[in-house]
Amino acid sequence: MAPEGDKTPPPPPMVVLDGGRQDEPPLTPPPRRDGEPLRPRDEELETIELQLLTEAVFRRYGLDFRNYALASLRRRVHLAMHEERVTTISALTDRLLHDPPAMERLLLRLSINVTAMFRDPGFFLALRTKVVDSLRSHPFVRIWHAGCSTGEEVYSMAILLQEEGIYDRCRIYATDFNEVALQRARDGIVSLDSMQEYSTNYLRAGGHGSLSDYYTANYGHAIFRASLRKNVVFSQHNLVTDGSFNEFNLILCRNVMIYFNEQLQNRVHQLLYGSLRRYGVLGLGRKETLRGSPHMYDYEILDDNERLFRRPR
Amino acid sequence: MSSPADAKLVVVGTSLGGMRALEIILRGLGHDFPLPVCVVQHRGADWDGQQSQLTRLLQLHCALPVVEAGDKEPMVGGRIYLAPADYHLLVDDGVLALSVDGRVLHARPSIDVLFESAAEAYREGVLAVLLTGASSDGTAGAQRVKRRGGTVIAQDPRSCESPVMPQSAITAGVVDRVLPLEEIAPFLNVAAVTHR
Repeated sequence: MAPEGDKTPPPPPMVVLDGGRQDEPPLTPPPRRDGEPLRPRDEELETIELQLLTEAVFRRYGLDFRNYALASLRRRVHLAMHEERVTTISALTDRLLHDPPAMERLLLRLSINVTAMFRDPGFFLALRTKVVDSLRSHPFVRIWHAGCSTGEEVYSMAILLQEEGIYDRCRIYATDFNEVALQRARDGIVSLDSMQEYSTNYLRAGGHGSLSDYYTANYGHAIFRASLRKNVVFSQHNLVTDGSFNEFNLILCRNVMIYFNEQLQNRVHQLLYGSLRRYGVLGLGRKETLRGSPHMYDYEILDDNERLFRRPR
Repeated sequence: MSSPADAKLVVVGTSLGGMRALEIILRGLGHDFPLPVCVVQHRGADWDGQQSQLTRLLQLHCALPVVEAGDKEPMVGGRIYLAPADYHLLVDDGVLALSVDGRVLHARPSIDVLFESAAEAYREGVLAVLLTGASSDGTAGAQRVKRRGGTVIAQDPRSCESPVMPQSAITAGVVDRVLPLEEIAPFLNVAAVTHR
């Protein structure tokens, strides 16, 4: 609510915690007159609590979730409250501040994104048919998987490149800011239960053989062949705070930015654009767009449906 | 039950038999229906093409624009937003949001996820509708909608292709109105216009 009239005292300096939405009201209610009963602001209490939680986490642990999209953040925090058996977000904040293992658990919840092999087969098919040929013309190809989580798409990419005969000239940089997720990606072990779904995806994505050619089954797990990660560099990188570290022919950043608010999306889009070589290709998640990217008009569309964009110069 | 005069958003969840039920409801909404409508229809983890086909089929029966929900897309009144295949649909204050978090009760999109986010963002402004379906997805979400002061409508299980979904919410005691399928759209029309 905007302050009314000229007599209203100016609001106290605004502390922007959530990326500074334009319509955000001042964070503090007007001063109370003596003897007046307390009038809590009619603002959503939980929104205050969420902002305080992310601020506390940032100041205590240096982990910055302040520009995460509110709806998913709230849901994940609610799941964490259930897990930690507390009934308010403030109680969870209290626990996080005093109990680092609780923070470790929340970190997993907030940062490991669910992924699958050849998720959206049409995307990988489009990579094969519309991108691989242009990569072929380079003697050395650099690929960045930004926010690779547990690595399923990295192995998918490695398989695709092997089948297309250009794996040996490629280097894949697979990054995530969560070390636990990265370690799982390095291990390259997934549950055998998932492999049926992944096999179907693989074939729809234009796979030349059988997905089982690329792993060995062992006690309910599928272990990927070491040759798939021969040219993969797994390393920690935080899209929220870190900068560009190379120039790439192809960058995949799929279903990562949907967890960010618009301000943070904007930052990451700048980072990705700045990390693309000339004619480099950017691949986003199936429901992600360049809207909100400062470089929206700097790309040309390679495949609208599969969200493949090329930096023309 | 809160007054429908507070309604700001309609959320709808359905699975088995949902196509026919959705057709009837969408056909019944007034062409000047003022609220955004978010819909989760369960279906297999599918791929290319099928999604746009669902949107197109529903559009045939609806005077209002039926679109697939996009991430961070501002919600507009009188539009029907379908959760995309294999994504959860959530709402925040005035905008749609997507996530690829794990399946909930084997479902992505999940009705619970949509309803819960709507309850948190819109409180008493939520009109939640549970239609025919073969799982108990939606009950926890309806519970949250109730707790935050919103209104929950369930399709009369006797008129359902599969009664499990509305019956589960009714049994949990979180439903305000049980309506035959044909009466749901008229109810929403009145609730939305009163709001105006």
